[in-house]
Amino acid sequence: MKIHSQRDFTAGLLFSAFGVAFAWGATTYSVGTGARMGPGYFPLIVGVLIALLGAVITARALTVPTEDGEPVGAIAWRPLVFIIGANLLFGVLLGGLPGIGLPPMGMIVAIYALTLIASLAGDQFNLKGVLILATVLAIGSYLAFVVALNLQFPVWPSFIVG
Amino acid sequence: MELIDHLSMGFQVAFTAQNLLYAFLGCLLGTLIGVLPGLGPVATIAMLLPTTYALPPTAALIMLAGIYYGAQYGGSTTAILVNLPGESSSVVTVIDGYQMARKGRAGPALAAAALGSFFAGCVGTLVIAAFAPPLTEVAFKFGPAEYFSLMVLGLIGAVVMASGSLLKAITMILVGLAFGLVGTDVNSGVARYSFDIPELTDGISFVAIAMGIFGYGEIIANLSMPTEKREVFTDKVSGLMPTKEDFRRMFPAVLRGTAIGSALGILPGGGALLSAFAAYTIEKKSKIKPGEVPFGQGNIRGVAGPESANNAGSQTSFIPLLTLGIPPNAVMALMVGAMTIHNIQPGPQVMTSNPELFWGLIASMWIGNLMLVILNLPMIGLWIKLLSIPYKWLFPAIVLFCAVGVYSENNNTFEIWMVAIFGVLGYVFHKLGCEPAPLLLGLILGPMMEENLRRALLLSRGEWSVLVTRPLSASLLAVAAVLLVIVLLPNVRKKREEAFVED
Repeated sequence: MKIHSQRDFTAGLLFSAFGVAFAWGATTYSVGTGARMGPGYFPLIVGVLIALLGAVITARALTVPTEDGEPVGAIAWRPLVFIIGANLLFGVLLGGLPGIGLPPMGMIVAIYALTLIASLAGDQFNLKGVLILATVLAIGSYLAFVVALNLQFPVWPSFIVG
Repeated sequence: MELIDHLSMGFQVAFTAQNLLYAFLGCLLGTLIGVLPGLGPVATIAMLLPTTYALPPTAALIMLAGIYYGAQYGGSTTAILVNLPGESSSVVTVIDGYQMARKGRAGPALAAAALGSFFAGCVGTLVIAAFAPPLTEVAFKFGPAEYFSLMVLGLIGAVVMASGSLLKAITMILVGLAFGLVGTDVNSGVARYSFDIPELTDGISFVAIAMGIFGYGEIIANLSMPTEKREVFTDKVSGLMPTKEDFRRMFPAVLRGTAIGSALGILPGGGALLSAFAAYTIEKKSKIKPGEVPFGQGNIRGVAGPESANNAGSQTSFIPLLTLGIPPNAVMALMVGAMTIHNIQPGPQVMTSNPELFWGLIASMWIGNLMLVILNLPMIGLWIKLLSIPYKWLFPAIVLFCAVGVYSENNNTFEIWMVAIFGVLGYVFHKLGCEPAPLLLGLILGPMMEENLRRALLLSRGEWSVLVTRPLSASLLAVAAVLLVIVLLPNVRKKREEAFVED
């Protein structure tokens, strides 16, 4: 058996797995009948349909020839890790992480951290430039979100403002 | 004239200093983010949504309409100047627009896009004002079975008109439906798929999904590509005004584009993309006058036609949203989400229960359009400067805006974890060639479809045949089936694939 489209093959398998899991989840709620649908009825239909379509996509990927085999290609780990990491770090610093005893550090600290980590995702990194950018973003965000839009943000670390 | 009464009421609402200011701010911000390369209108609107949280509903919607037009205009600007369509509907603008820019005629190309869009916007506004009330009447006759079938038609229409694999697009809709079902079931109170996480009982925030998949997903995909040299025509934009000759040529193209766009925009799933393609095809088929530049080499009609059509189309695509509450495309799905945040349930009742909001919004669409012409066109120099900002400065800022945006929805860091998950998912979709726009539609329509199907089957005592025995419902489903059959015909299928890869 030859995989003609790597992309579709993978996508189909993932869809099917998701569909099966979703449908299985639906059966843990009461399904009911058409006239009296339980909370599991519609999700069950949706899950089964996703699983079936996923299977069709997989089957087509094995049978319909493509020009270049539609490879998935290399995963861009660097941007993936640094962008998502920067986002997670922002959340942790902004709200704190009681589990490890980290107090909320506030928006300004979180913005510096996010800018620094996110910038590592690109192929050029220049510390001075990044710090300038972070400063601009910190001041700009403070003015835009806190002063102008009046959104509720912890701005400074909680152990300073108390 | 009822039409005039309604519109004048709308203009009274929209012409308050406060609302004008919001319309202007919306346009400004929308263009500002929209011109940034690599950010389409969906990501732009999702990012700017938090700026409207603090506003009263009418002002918020007016500002959103401004953001929407700004984002679209920003998309055309990048298409013409950088050869980079910010969104699928400006794919055809790229063809002749970029060639005009290369020949030093970027100014007239941008002006043609803006003026054509403005004219189309004016007509579109009138069309909405004229067609919305009668359609609302029809909408009140709809029972749950009809609504369900209409949503099926809308979803099928949306994937049929979109590019890429039909099978994967339909699956993506279903995945969206599945995501939409997470949270407390309104009928039984059961928290579905919430994994005992309290935040999930309210459902997954669509802002987190939109920002994660469209914002982060796109950034990661952009960064994974080698930094290519892009030619940006920053210094060559001199003289905005088209010549008399240009005007003479673009005028009929604008008229044709507007007509096509207004008609196609009302169709479910039609909207901007199909309108632009159809308009370009028609212009291309028409005769080239002596002395005119051939198409594909910088013909002004190739910019004016599709741009008018896509604006007219996006204007009239508000009709199904405002009258039936059904978003015809991903951008409109976001608008529904935005309305729900402001406690407005889009649908036929909006016009009767909240006429000021309804007509105010329509009037402000026109104002948004006008703002683009009188404010944005002269500011083109500023937008061009933005285009030349290197991407390495941009993307950390975009990541920040997304993170701040999701956090401010509920002041809860939980949304930041969610956006991370959907960012990864967005990149996976990108890698696997799965177009994410249908997912957003499914997400919004999921709960509505379930509710209407449930009601329809409750009324029919569990008989599924109710969907085909009620004539209106049956004909809606029939149209959906015909659409599917047509695109699956080998001939049409080949053409469709060709049309979307063209140039």
